[in-house]
Amino acid sequence: MTAGGTLDRRAVVAALVRERGDLLVVSALGSPSYDLMAAGDHDLNFYLWAAMGSAAMVGLGLARAQPDRPVLVLTGDGEQLMGLGALATIALRRPANLSIVVLDNGHYGETGMQPSHAGMGVELARIAAALDFPGAETIAELQGIEPLRRRLHARAGLHLATVKIEPKNWPRVLPPRDGVHVKNRFRQALGHSPT
Amino acid sequence: MVSESVDTAPAAWQRDVFDVLKAAGVRHICYVPDAGHATAIRLAEADPEIQAVVLTTEEEGIGYLAGAWLGGERGALLMQSSGVGNCINTLALQPCIRFPLLMVVTMRGDWAEFNHWQNPMGQATEPVLKQMGVMTWRADVPADVSPLLRGAATMAFAGEASCALLLGQRLIGEKEWVK
Repeated sequence: MTAGGTLDRRAVVAALVRERGDLLVVSALGSPSYDLMAAGDHDLNFYLWAAMGSAAMVGLGLARAQPDRPVLVLTGDGEQLMGLGALATIALRRPANLSIVVLDNGHYGETGMQPSHAGMGVELARIAAALDFPGAETIAELQGIEPLRRRLHARAGLHLATVKIEPKNWPRVLPPRDGVHVKNRFRQALGHSPT
Repeated sequence: MVSESVDTAPAAWQRDVFDVLKAAGVRHICYVPDAGHATAIRLAEADPEIQAVVLTTEEEGIGYLAGAWLGGERGALLMQSSGVGNCINTLALQPCIRFPLLMVVTMRGDWAEFNHWQNPMGQATEPVLKQMGVMTWRADVPADVSPLLRGAATMAFAGEASCALLLGQRLIGEKEWVK
């Protein structure tokens, strides 16, 4: 397994969030948040700017509070490696409406492209499979994204997809950093008034 | 060979923890298994209105509760004082997005601690929480558990605040060590 892959991360994320309907999206700090913002800001996007390793757990809490909506977590290989235990926690709960997409470039792109464990052979999709995730796959071709998008909208079962992307840093597209604002607009879009 | 004894007769205050959380509208209880929280954990796992979530490490619960609040629901996190150390960086999430983070922490390294390896983190627990902006209260007698937790829950949920109730070792009781 080579480090990362060849897919254009911006194209992957744009393809995942098109025709998004009632989709809720949580993005991990760094590039996944820039990718999501580049695809278009949305009230039902929640961008993290810290708490590395937490994105999938934010997604789990959200998926359990909103079981009738699909929840997509966009993260990176390094971020998810910091929350490996969270995958075990999520595996026990198995929310059918939660999909975790690991944008795997095999590197820590934000800090100078040092190789990650994923880039040196650790396969997150195989870990998810060993944890008995109902769905676990590695996608290396862009044609694999549309079936993934349809699957997550169908809330067809807890799923983790590792998407092999090119190890390349794109120009940053910065989402809002005011977390209170982003949280309040997210909750309001779901019908919850500010406290 | 030293082994840790198991408390077979849970004290009434242990049930108070669960009752107060339930009355406060908590729908999600995240926890790392702990003897002092055993009753609340058992009740949470048995309650169809509560989503009980066993964690591999405590900081997972912070992300989870942030997500549940984004989705409109209330939760709480039960852990031991050693778990506070695991949470430090993730505690930054709370002031940055502001959501109710209600924690109930059973203390070790606090009083009459036989295993001094627990002491450094136990002694640092409350200062660390305060440094991360968490409001704290301590219960050392059974009668304080319910009112202090009720007050902490009010401030967490009404003010989208970080609040922790520490359950002292004097309350929990001296751990018995059997040769």
